[in-house]
Amino acid sequence: MPEKTMRDAINEALHQAMEQDDSVFVIGEDVAGCSGSAGDVGAVGGVFGVTEGIYHRWPDRCIDTPISESAIVGAAAGAALVGMRPVAEIMFADFIGVCMDQIVNQMAKFRYMFGGKSRCPAVIRFSSGGGFSAAGQHSQAMYQVMTSFPGLKVVVPSNAYDAKGLMLSAIQDDDPVLFFEPKILYQETADVPDEMYTIPFGEANFVREGDDVTVVAFGQMVPKAAAVIDALAEEGISCDLIDPRTTSPLDENAILESVEATGRLVIVDEAPPRCGLTADIAGLAADKAFSSLKAPIKQVSAPHSPTPFSPELEAAYLPDADKIMAAVKATLA
Amino acid sequence: MSIPKETLLHAYRTMKTIREFEERVNAEIMNGQIPGFTHLYTGQEANAVGVCAHLDESDTIISTHRGHGHCIAKGAEVSGMMKELFGSSEGLCKGKGGSMHVADIDKGILGANGIVAGGPPISVGSALAAKIRKNGKVAVSFSGDGSVNQGTCFEAMNMAVVLQAPAVFVIENNYYSEHTSINYAVGCDDLKARTEAFGFPVFVADGADFFAVHEAAGKAIAHARAGNGPAGVFAEQGRYHGHFVGDPQAYRAEGELEDLRENHCPLKNFRARMAETGELSLAELDAIDAEVMAEIEQSVTDAKAAARPTAEQVTEDVYIQYSATA
Ligand SMILES: Cc1ncc(C[n+]2csc(CCOP(=O)(O)OP(=O)(O)O)c2C)c(N)n1
Ligand SMILES: [Mg+2]
Repeated sequence: MPEKTMRDAINEALHQAMEQDDSVFVIGEDVAGCSGSAGDVGAVGGVFGVTEGIYHRWPDRCIDTPISESAIVGAAAGAALVGMRPVAEIMFADFIGVCMDQIVNQMAKFRYMFGGKSRCPAVIRFSSGGGFSAAGQHSQAMYQVMTSFPGLKVVVPSNAYDAKGLMLSAIQDDDPVLFFEPKILYQETADVPDEMYTIPFGEANFVREGDDVTVVAFGQMVPKAAAVIDALAEEGISCDLIDPRTTSPLDENAILESVEATGRLVIVDEAPPRCGLTADIAGLAADKAFSSLKAPIKQVSAPHSPTPFSPELEAAYLPDADKIMAAVKATLA
Repeated sequence: MSIPKETLLHAYRTMKTIREFEERVNAEIMNGQIPGFTHLYTGQEANAVGVCAHLDESDTIISTHRGHGHCIAKGAEVSGMMKELFGSSEGLCKGKGGSMHVADIDKGILGANGIVAGGPPISVGSALAAKIRKNGKVAVSFSGDGSVNQGTCFEAMNMAVVLQAPAVFVIENNYYSEHTSINYAVGCDDLKARTEAFGFPVFVADGADFFAVHEAAGKAIAHARAGNGPAGVFAEQGRYHGHFVGDPQAYRAEGELEDLRENHCPLKNFRARMAETGELSLAELDAIDAEVMAEIEQSVTDAKAAARPTAEQVTEDVYIQYSATA
């Protein structure tokens, strides 16, 4: 199987979806690039290159916009409401702050408020998460916040293979989907088939299988947790590593079955702790698997603080191998 | 209108400081010394300096992601800024903000801003405070040709008119927002007219010419200070660098950058004007150049030697006071 980066895997999914279905289009800031300039229109393909080449194949379906996030999301929602399948790009997940209304009060709720009589098959893509010294307004995960809104499906891939299959599912899905791409993983590679394939929403991936501890991790924390678990295996400690892949819907059964078997649970996410995914899943386990637990549940997250700029501060801010390792060991103490 | 010699000296020094600061930052980014996302202001120096020449410390500015020039022009300490960009805990923002969030509230610098058009509404708030306090202060926000297409910018402009707040909207057209041309992203042909349609006067200037910006900004700021409500400045001048360091700049026409650097340089223009009028001698300007170069060199030396932040500092300064018991 050919190795591809996560960036290329998503790019390939977009190309294949556009080839197959001409109601699919991409829209956002510089998704083509250089529009209106004397230079090379289409040369950019998004600031992370995820939509590269699409303009050259389908100039009418690769649409640059002004810097107007509310209008971008609203236009995607509106086009979807009348039958198109837009894939909008919001450059950084932090900019949800600008277009929150169009996401949570508009597209998330159409179907319910309209009594089940509408469809809004829009996908909104975001680069997400920390690790770039990009400071407080360009580093947030944001998917944990959006998970709390009924009506939205929320996807967080952790590797190139999943990213392609999840993107193809997202585009085919008839509900609005928010697709969070951990930007630190764009250049990470995996084996990715050339053919189209889909990965169903709400089906977790067991990245590692073991007996002693259940570790649930999201996005960029999945490869970090996997490295820790591999190191622990040398010490004779074996862990399940569950990557839910979609936070809404969430594969509760996979998590609960694993916790029932291991009796120990560690949850790892890069976002701050309050009302986040680690607390959400800890609550789930406390509620539905309490009698299986042999040790207190451990949550590993960023602290309750914005993301700092300085590399030393950000390194201390984001969960790292040491913190994950310590949490796993604490459940075994 | 003649400008006092002291103002001229200060203006030239400030433009030169911005130029050398940015060129050095560019080099240090290439050396891997400055982390994060950094946007350089080189070429647009006359805008920041021409505007801020009319402000004192209790007038406010709010800047953009391309904020170094605005902050320096409003009096931010260069060495504190350099330390901030290097991520030191001795930086102006203790290494918490970096390039996109340089701020110095005591000097009326309400911050660079990583959110395009995050600033104008906040500036209206500062202007409203000045109106309520009747203290004759103004609040200036800087926006790019891309930023003006954001809803927050429209809302701020309209509300400033409704409230008759002394808000000054400075629009810097450097022709591009990231990789997109203004010809594409601003739907109408005349951004000045579109802005004026909100209901305030907009004064136009060649952004390569300090004297033109100084004059236009003088009119706009006087209008706002006098209690006539908001005003605008519209200045055109390209940036010399890419949107970010490493930008391949595929949007440029052939020869565009060379032409900008050669024929649209605020520093060259300033020197040429001085040579013509004799208001400042070339020797005076050369002396400033040398001092500025030394100051920037020193700021980098200091930034490299400055203290690094430690892990406990991550959770400091989130609040003034949080828990009742802490
Ligand atoms: C809300 C938001 N959208 C998009 C961006 C990404 N972005 C940063 S700068 C920029 C272009 C801004 O263009 P302009 O206002 O003309 O300012 P210039 O960069 O030319 O100084 C964009 C799109 C952002 N930082 N914030
Ligand atoms: Mg611009």
